[in-house]
Amino acid sequence: MKKILILFAHPAFQKSRINKKLINAVKNLDGITFNDLYENYPDFFIDVKKEQRLLTQHDIIVWHHPFYWYNAPALLKEWMDLVLEHGFAYGMHGRALEGKSVLSVISTGGGKVVYSSEGRNHYTMNQFLVPFRQSANLCRMNYLPPYIVHGSHTVKNDEIEEHALNYKKVLLLLRDNKLSKTDLEKAEYFNNLID
Amino acid sequence: MYNEDFFFQALIYLLAAVVSVPLAKKMGMVSVLGYLLAGVIIGPFVLGLVGQEAGEIMHFAEFGVVLMLFLIGLELEPALLWKMRRSIFGLGGLQVLLTTIVISVVASFFNFEWNKAIGIGLILALSSTAIVLQTLTEKGLLRNTAGRSAFSVLLFQDISVVPFLAVIPLLASFNGPARLQESQVGQLTGVASLPGWVQLLIIIGAIGAIIFLGRFVAKYIFRYIAETNLHEIFTAMALLLVIGIALAMSAIGLSPALGTFIAGVVLADSEYRHELETTIDPFKGLLLGLFFISVGASINFMLFIEDPFKILGLVVLLIIIKFLVLLALGRFFRLKKGYEFLFAFLLAQSSEFAFVLVSFSQQSQLFEGKTAGQLLLVVALSMAFSPLLIVLNEKVVSPILERWHNKLDYEEVEPEDNPIIIAGFGRFGLAVGRLLLANNFKITIIDSNPANVEVLRKFGFKLYYGDVARPQVLEKAGIAKARLMILSMAEYDNSLKVAKYIRDKYPNVRILARAKDIFHAFEFAKLNVKTVQREVFNSGLELGAKALEHLGFNRYEAYRSARFFKHHEEEVFMNLYEHWLEDKNRFIQETRRFSEQVSETLMAERKFSIHDADCAWDVESIREEEAGLTSEGEK
Repeated sequence: MKKILILFAHPAFQKSRINKKLINAVKNLDGITFNDLYENYPDFFIDVKKEQRLLTQHDIIVWHHPFYWYNAPALLKEWMDLVLEHGFAYGMHGRALEGKSVLSVISTGGGKVVYSSEGRNHYTMNQFLVPFRQSANLCRMNYLPPYIVHGSHTVKNDEIEEHALNYKKVLLLLRDNKLSKTDLEKAEYFNNLID
Repeated sequence: MYNEDFFFQALIYLLAAVVSVPLAKKMGMVSVLGYLLAGVIIGPFVLGLVGQEAGEIMHFAEFGVVLMLFLIGLELEPALLWKMRRSIFGLGGLQVLLTTIVISVVASFFNFEWNKAIGIGLILALSSTAIVLQTLTEKGLLRNTAGRSAFSVLLFQDISVVPFLAVIPLLASFNGPARLQESQVGQLTGVASLPGWVQLLIIIGAIGAIIFLGRFVAKYIFRYIAETNLHEIFTAMALLLVIGIALAMSAIGLSPALGTFIAGVVLADSEYRHELETTIDPFKGLLLGLFFISVGASINFMLFIEDPFKILGLVVLLIIIKFLVLLALGRFFRLKKGYEFLFAFLLAQSSEFAFVLVSFSQQSQLFEGKTAGQLLLVVALSMAFSPLLIVLNEKVVSPILERWHNKLDYEEVEPEDNPIIIAGFGRFGLAVGRLLLANNFKITIIDSNPANVEVLRKFGFKLYYGDVARPQVLEKAGIAKARLMILSMAEYDNSLKVAKYIRDKYPNVRILARAKDIFHAFEFAKLNVKTVQREVFNSGLELGAKALEHLGFNRYEAYRSARFFKHHEEEVFMNLYEHWLEDKNRFIQETRRFSEQVSETLMAERKFSIHDADCAWDVESIREEEAGLTSEGEK
């Protein structure tokens, strides 16, 4: 059984519709550690040593956040800036994260169609996520296909329930190591691997 | 009709109190003096509105003293006594003992018999709790070393009133056989007629019963009564308790004050202590007021007019004796650098308890009328003089001492180049200084409290004793070359004074100041000091944010809310400042200080809703827009 660390970043969790359901579905599962960054560091003063210790204790890291301006909320970026230190996460002697996997779980307002070369946003989600993918690469981690909740402003309640169930399935599959490497490499979204 | 007479008396007394006490307060006197003055005015020597019955009323009003001792008992938590044991029992005990001895010896030179001389010593050894506490509070001296020592002495004196009340009848019994019979006639019924060992047993039994009932039974009774939720029944119960004990005590020939005092101490750690205090307090206040008025009315001014110089001479003699004993003790208990003088001047007057003791000794026939009358005059006048003593200390004695201590300061402060000067190193300055030291900045610390200096030096801080309000100290600390001047002292006027001096003389030195409240911050703004931190504002907000968390806010939401509040407050600061500048009526300003500050902030606050501030993360508007888009698309 692999150990999963969810790094959750949402500055207005109290207003969230989707992420509340997603989080509730997974946060108490065995082998899963839920780390709510905005709750733990409301003044942005991140305990770097503690966060690094958490990383070394887990096999799969989840960056779970809403998509703001095609990016993560500020505190997750602050977390990356401070916690992924040279000599710890990357660099010649920075091998603490080697071989771990990273999964982005993102809710975004635009539908899938919008995120395409013809759509309003002109680029695909995977193109927007290049900085995350490369950050994982630099840390010698394996970047998994992202799990995306599209159309967060219009999505219906029963669809949210389904996303919550799927999220749970995703984490269980990863935890119990049930997916083949080729499946993972082929898929555009993690969403596709469940249906 | 009796009732009309009663109400007429009540009218005069209440009117006198209501008119003269506020007047006395406005003139900077304590309320005790106001009451005395009211008594004098309605008494036979001025308006003559009350006459003989003042004495009777005084007996009735003495019950206020019983209530007061009950309250003193309630205040005496064993833990507090233990913490201050050295200064209470050492300093306080020695003060009472030595002053009593000296005054008694002096009194015996005035041809008083030994028992009367001791009585006079006991009565005059006490100092006025009311006057001293008010002075300490007004001058902000409660935490000052001299102030604390004075407080301990007062506490001991309060406690020693109880045994004094027991000793006085004993002293009176040495007045010769004829008198003895006369004074004991009333008591020779009931308990007093029983043999001595039975009396002793009864007394021990009664005190034991008070302790037992107070410890184990009272709480059930109070709980039972409190559960009715009828406040007046609780009041009735509290009065019943005190009156019951007082009567029981007089029945067995003990002082009612002693009984209620013991009951108070026993109830001091009960959960109903505060409720009892607030219930009894108004009764105590009114009755004591009444008591002081009747004392005022019964002061015999004929005695003063007969021989004014003798009376005034006695007052001065009394003050000098008390002052010298206090000064010696202050020195002995290591009060230094002028604090021993402040301590001695604070406590050199006589006490309001003296009125109680004088009237009690007159009843016990220790003194005849003339001696008692003269004592009352001396006590009242010494109390009236005590504000003058404080002025004498501030204007004459302490400047002389300062000049004398100056040399010390000069030697102690070693000037540094480009220093950061921190004035005031209490709780606030300590936080500032530790942060700077942790970042490897060198700081020059000045504090005017010798106790602080001593303690912090033990912790390895380098700090200097001195009063920054004095230019020489500032100069010596290197203000001319300073980068920053941090005013973290608690003294409201002094920090403004220093800021003004630096602004005028060294305009290039940056001043950072601790403000007590928003009005203090305004005063700094007026001096163009802009970096000001209100001392408790931020901690209040921090705790407020924690409260929001407990009310279900996410931590980040609570944090943002407190930040928003703070920034909003900073925004309206200048606005409020201009309002404040326009308002020339300083007096009203002072009195309305608090309510105004709170209400203005809240009024301004209501116009904003904090929750709307973070609308960037609120997707409501996007949701609406998107919903509109899709429905258009469907068309």
